[in-house]
Amino acid sequence: MKLYGKFFSIHLRCQMQYKASFFMTSLGQFLVSFSLLLGIFFMFLRFNTVEGFTFEQVLLCSAVILFTYSIAECFGRGFDAFPMMIGNGEFDRALVRPRSEVFLVLASKMEFSRIGRLLQAIALFCYAIPTSGIDWSADKVLTLFLMISCGVVIFFGLFVIYAAISFFTIEGIEVMNIVTDGGREFGAYPFSIYGNEVLKILTYVIPLALFQYYPLLYLIGVRDNPLYIFTPLIGLLFLIPCYGLWRFGLRKYKSTGS
Amino acid sequence: MITLQNISKSFRVAKRQTGLGNAARALFSREYKKVQALDNVSFTINEGEMVGYIGPNGAGKSTTIKVMCGILTPDSGECKINGRTPWKERKSHVRDIGVVFGQRSQLWWDVPVIDSFELIRDIYKVNSNEYQKTLDTLTELLDLGEIIKTPTRSLSLGQRMRCEIVASLLHNPKILFLDEPTIGLDAVSKIAVRQFIKNLNAEMKTTVILTTHDMQDIEALTERILLIGKGRILLDGSLTELQKRFSCEKTLIVDYNGQMPKLSDNMTPVELKEGRLTVTFDPTKLSVSDAIAYISNQVEVADISVVSISAEQMVAALYEEHKI
Amino acid sequence: MSAYLALFRIRFSAGLQYRAAALGGIATQFAWGFMLILQFAAFYRTNPDAFPMTPSQIASYIWMQQALLALFMTWFVEHDILSSITSGSIAYELARPMNLYNRWFCQATANRVVKATLRFVPILLIAFLLPEPFRMTLPENLEQLSFFLVSTVLALCVVVAFSMFIYTTVFYTLSSAGVRLVASVLADFFAGAIIPLPFFPDGVRQVVELLPFAAMQNMPLRIYSGSITGSDVLWGLGLQAFWLITLVILGKLAMRKALTKVIVQGG
Repeated sequence: MKLYGKFFSIHLRCQMQYKASFFMTSLGQFLVSFSLLLGIFFMFLRFNTVEGFTFEQVLLCSAVILFTYSIAECFGRGFDAFPMMIGNGEFDRALVRPRSEVFLVLASKMEFSRIGRLLQAIALFCYAIPTSGIDWSADKVLTLFLMISCGVVIFFGLFVIYAAISFFTIEGIEVMNIVTDGGREFGAYPFSIYGNEVLKILTYVIPLALFQYYPLLYLIGVRDNPLYIFTPLIGLLFLIPCYGLWRFGLRKYKSTGS
Repeated sequence: MITLQNISKSFRVAKRQTGLGNAARALFSREYKKVQALDNVSFTINEGEMVGYIGPNGAGKSTTIKVMCGILTPDSGECKINGRTPWKERKSHVRDIGVVFGQRSQLWWDVPVIDSFELIRDIYKVNSNEYQKTLDTLTELLDLGEIIKTPTRSLSLGQRMRCEIVASLLHNPKILFLDEPTIGLDAVSKIAVRQFIKNLNAEMKTTVILTTHDMQDIEALTERILLIGKGRILLDGSLTELQKRFSCEKTLIVDYNGQMPKLSDNMTPVELKEGRLTVTFDPTKLSVSDAIAYISNQVEVADISVVSISAEQMVAALYEEHKI
Repeated sequence: MSAYLALFRIRFSAGLQYRAAALGGIATQFAWGFMLILQFAAFYRTNPDAFPMTPSQIASYIWMQQALLALFMTWFVEHDILSSITSGSIAYELARPMNLYNRWFCQATANRVVKATLRFVPILLIAFLLPEPFRMTLPENLEQLSFFLVSTVLALCVVVAFSMFIYTTVFYTLSSAGVRLVASVLADFFAGAIIPLPFFPDGVRQVVELLPFAAMQNMPLRIYSGSITGSDVLWGLGLQAFWLITLVILGKLAMRKALTKVIVQGG
């Protein structure tokens, strides 16, 4: 952990050497997700609600997704950019260090420009938390806390899968964007609006709905079974297959070197 | 102590298709061919030895290095380094080795070199006193001084390479792998790097394994060379031995005044001109001093030189001989 | 012309080499299309009366958008052009007996066409076979289809002309990344890449429909899906032509001015 802090500090100092580029990338991140939000705003001007969710409730949902994704991307960037690490031999360099592979990849990259999205998510929270009509009792605060913390971990798990797949193919890796970028983009709305089939996939296969949809139902009072508070925790089980796939890929890498 | 025994490794490589039709077909099925990267490679390197590992591109050099670093698991064979099998005990193994990849940097581009060093110290959990001692010794040995306080990006290539080597040595490894350490360096830097490697080996008894395409590196540094081609070790011997084998012929070039001298029976003429004479001879039949004496007895010698084959030519001849 | 064909062939077979990349890209775009259609379907279920297009129109709009993505994306950068400006090799380009603007315009257009061709056929092929409400449908009549084709060509040219205009800002700022970024986010949004223009609120929509961005993907996609019909189509094509001419003239002027500056300053 202390060592991770040292990596953090050196990454920060390096990226601050290029303030202009840092600012630009942050701005880009901000603008792209802002245009999506504007789209949502326009849709609600016309329709007022979607499948029973109000604008403020949808915004809360967007904020959770945007926040968790940005944090996961900022600190899990090493896995997100892993195909590059394999391509340029940086991963070989990491393997001659006496630390665990996961740690070395994790520490190898951090992307602070994700702050562009993060600030937007925080602004959304500031707007949606008071206006969503939720009575913020302790259980609701806990729910939101679990949504955010487990959401970061689950997105992080997706990046690990992304990295693990790049042990097998770098060319076809674009497919994984369906769940990573797609999760971010389409997660702006509660996943139930995409219909039952999609919701099932996002519950049992890629458990994004476990920290986005189900606890949201509890938050807005559609469900009052306290079990819904803890669905994000179930989502953490997702890390097991993620890590398994990573180990499997790593073994393959060590036997083929590519 | 490093031992490799019958290490073999093969890869499956997809064939790229040419032409539009073939490319479209390859969308659905693809042919593969097997490439034998290492074929029964065996050798032993003793502690404190300095070995040059040479061979053309694609011969298996970097595959061997990867196996020895624990990055790659071979198909078969055994490898023991300091009593450990690298790919089975990666973490404890890499604590004892240092690796310099000449073409990729391990230093952080935008911060002073010393910051990178300190991070590496923490990665390897070197204690502060020991680190300071090693760092002082190395900076002095490499004449780095103030350089380590500048960011990597403003260093010259030669300075950077010296820092790279230091970075790989901070944890006091027993073995150092150098992969093309002089690539792209100017002549002065090359000599500095070589001198440093030499001192390191002499003073710290570090085992050094060096891959390079620059035969001057080999000439300056290593007594023993390993030649690999098509995945097989083709030659394992000392440089002097090899030189003897190839330099059974020496070339004598004489600038003279006066009449063209007569040649001894053991000399083969290469070029005979007014004022300059070039001949080759076999030093086992005619010693160098006798050859010089034979000529200088006949004519007034203005200048004379005896040339034996260079490492560069020798390796070219070796590649030729093994058809690699 | 044959040189262009040869170039096209090479690019095409090079693209095929990366089969996994091609298949992966197509799969991604499919998933994207599905999710977008489902998203709009949810709004349709919520309030069908407020829905400004028919469900089948939105499906056609989205699939055609995915199929022609490479033609219309504004964030796609011609690195050749950018680097020849920034590295100063533009000096050599100027020595050639060709109009620089025209040549770059052709190059950028060709690149987009090549990129789009690889994905166009497979995406549409499957989209036509899907069940309702995902199925893509053909336009009402042949007339509408031919208007769509004309409009596609115009939209592609407008996108390229717009990017060319943006490239010229490289001459004036050291880092043009910011300008390009803002320009492409704006252009995409107002061209209907995030939500189609009919979904924009009244008042905003009427203005946006006159902007040059409306002459980009908005027009061909809506003509294809049947959201614009009759005399509105001709008006739309006219708007596209107007913006194309305006952007080309502006682009040429901006480039001429920029080039004079380059020559005066000696690079």
